[in-house]
Amino acid sequence: MMLALEGVSRSFGGLLAVAEVGFTLAQGSITALVGPNGAGKTTLFNLITGFLVPDGGRILFEGRDITGMPPERIAALGLVRTFQIVQPFARLSVRENIAVGAHLRLASRRAALAFAAEIAERVGIAHQLDQPAGTLTVAARKRLELARALATGPRLLLLDEVMAGLNPRELDEIAAVIRGIRAGGVTLLLIEHVMRAVMSLSERVLVLNDGALIAEGPPAEIAADPRVITAYLGAGAAERMLKERARA
Amino acid sequence: MRSALAIALVLAALLPLPWLVHSDFWINLAIMALYYGFLGQAWNLLGGYGGQFSFGHAAFFGTGAYTSAVLQVSLGVDPWLCLALAGAAGGLTGALIGALSFRYGLRGSYFALVTLAFAEVFRILANSVAFTGAGVGLLIPLKESAANFQFPSKAGFYLVILALNGLGLLSAWWIENSRFGARLLAVRENEEAAQALGVDAFRTKLAAITLSGALTALGGTFYAQYFLYIDPAIAYGPGVSVEALLVPIIGGLGTLFGPLLGSAALQLVNQLAGIVMGDAPGLNLVLYGAILVLMIMFMPNGLFGLARLSSRRLIGRTA
Repeated sequence: MMLALEGVSRSFGGLLAVAEVGFTLAQGSITALVGPNGAGKTTLFNLITGFLVPDGGRILFEGRDITGMPPERIAALGLVRTFQIVQPFARLSVRENIAVGAHLRLASRRAALAFAAEIAERVGIAHQLDQPAGTLTVAARKRLELARALATGPRLLLLDEVMAGLNPRELDEIAAVIRGIRAGGVTLLLIEHVMRAVMSLSERVLVLNDGALIAEGPPAEIAADPRVITAYLGAGAAERMLKERARA
Repeated sequence: MRSALAIALVLAALLPLPWLVHSDFWINLAIMALYYGFLGQAWNLLGGYGGQFSFGHAAFFGTGAYTSAVLQVSLGVDPWLCLALAGAAGGLTGALIGALSFRYGLRGSYFALVTLAFAEVFRILANSVAFTGAGVGLLIPLKESAANFQFPSKAGFYLVILALNGLGLLSAWWIENSRFGARLLAVRENEEAAQALGVDAFRTKLAAITLSGALTALGGTFYAQYFLYIDPAIAYGPGVSVEALLVPIIGGLGTLFGPLLGSAALQLVNQLAGIVMGDAPGLNLVLYGAILVLMIMFMPNGLFGLARLSSRRLIGRTA
């Protein structure tokens, strides 16, 4: 098992942001984590990657308890995340940005810079290697975010909305990149709002609502699940859709 | 590799100065420019490359100055050995202050204030205990000989401070070309993103402040040997802290030659101000304040940034 969560909870003041969440990810799988805004998806990512400490529950990465470990140690174990709000090292070049990730496994500056160029090629930002990261467009910053994480040589990659705000052509390009990463043996968990990407990329979908896991299953099944429709559109809309579907 | 060559060329060009210039006034000016350039470089390693703005580098400077002065005066330790011990003491002080402030996540202005407070505490301590000579200060007995780190001519001091600058430049070069430096810059730019990529931000900053503290303390020893007198206000007063950060901000934060450039510029301004405004005490500080405000408002990349920008424009035009 790549990742296992057991009853993970976290609250902020009186608000229960993540409530008793438990699931597992199989080695080499690709899973989407969806849910309405404020469902607790990013909080869950923060808990898994050590940026937040859970109030309760356990998180196991490849069988090892990583609950409460600092983020840099979790990353060193091979569990790496990207940020929803991209966080480039603005005054460093694209090459230097990616090299920071590469340095996790490579001590030599020369080797890290060379590996950064290789990764940039894979992610499709090779032509911008010497540009300061602060000058990149949103689409390029998303790729950079992905490239940096990839350069650390992760075994499990958590991608937080790497497709938000991209146009259809950019979406197809980054989906191809993600398929390539997966083909390289990396297990993936992605938070995604772009349903087309969720449907085409993932094998399994986890649905989070009000901090709790309300459904999981293959994408087609999840899209038809009344609980999921209720979570997104409200109870009235769910009933109406089900009636219409029954009539058809 | 190009920047390593540049360091070698600059040092080689500066080396023969005391034999070319025969005026003590100008050699003294060059020593002061190199001395503040070195303090600025030490600050630059933490503040410029690491983004951790310290307002209290006097804590390291004073520790270096007192370590060598006290060991020499009361225990008769060899002054050159004192230089090494001062570096160690400065590094230890850096590690201590760094561990306390970075462990509790102090950043930005909070970190600046804590370092300022540490320097003030050290000043008050040095003022109140006996072995530092308290408020009277410490006078290092005059025994001129190179073996005693008291050179009969200014050329000796010039060579020592030039060598220290070589050490400072090499440290900066190492930061620009190593894994440690890449991580330090990443922490400066975005600490969380760096952690997400496996960078231990705490240890990285701790290493930077230790190195910065050690080098600054070497500057403190140099001061003590050059002027042969220190007291709590000189060693731990805010003057050194301000000079150490002013020089790289004027020259260019996080650049190899910024501190040296800024220091040279500031020495010239100081001399000009002396001619124009006379010797009224404190006027140079007013001037420093004005320059600092203007630099931050209009030239945030410093003189070095300006030079780079104009050369780029020039190349852009000819291309």
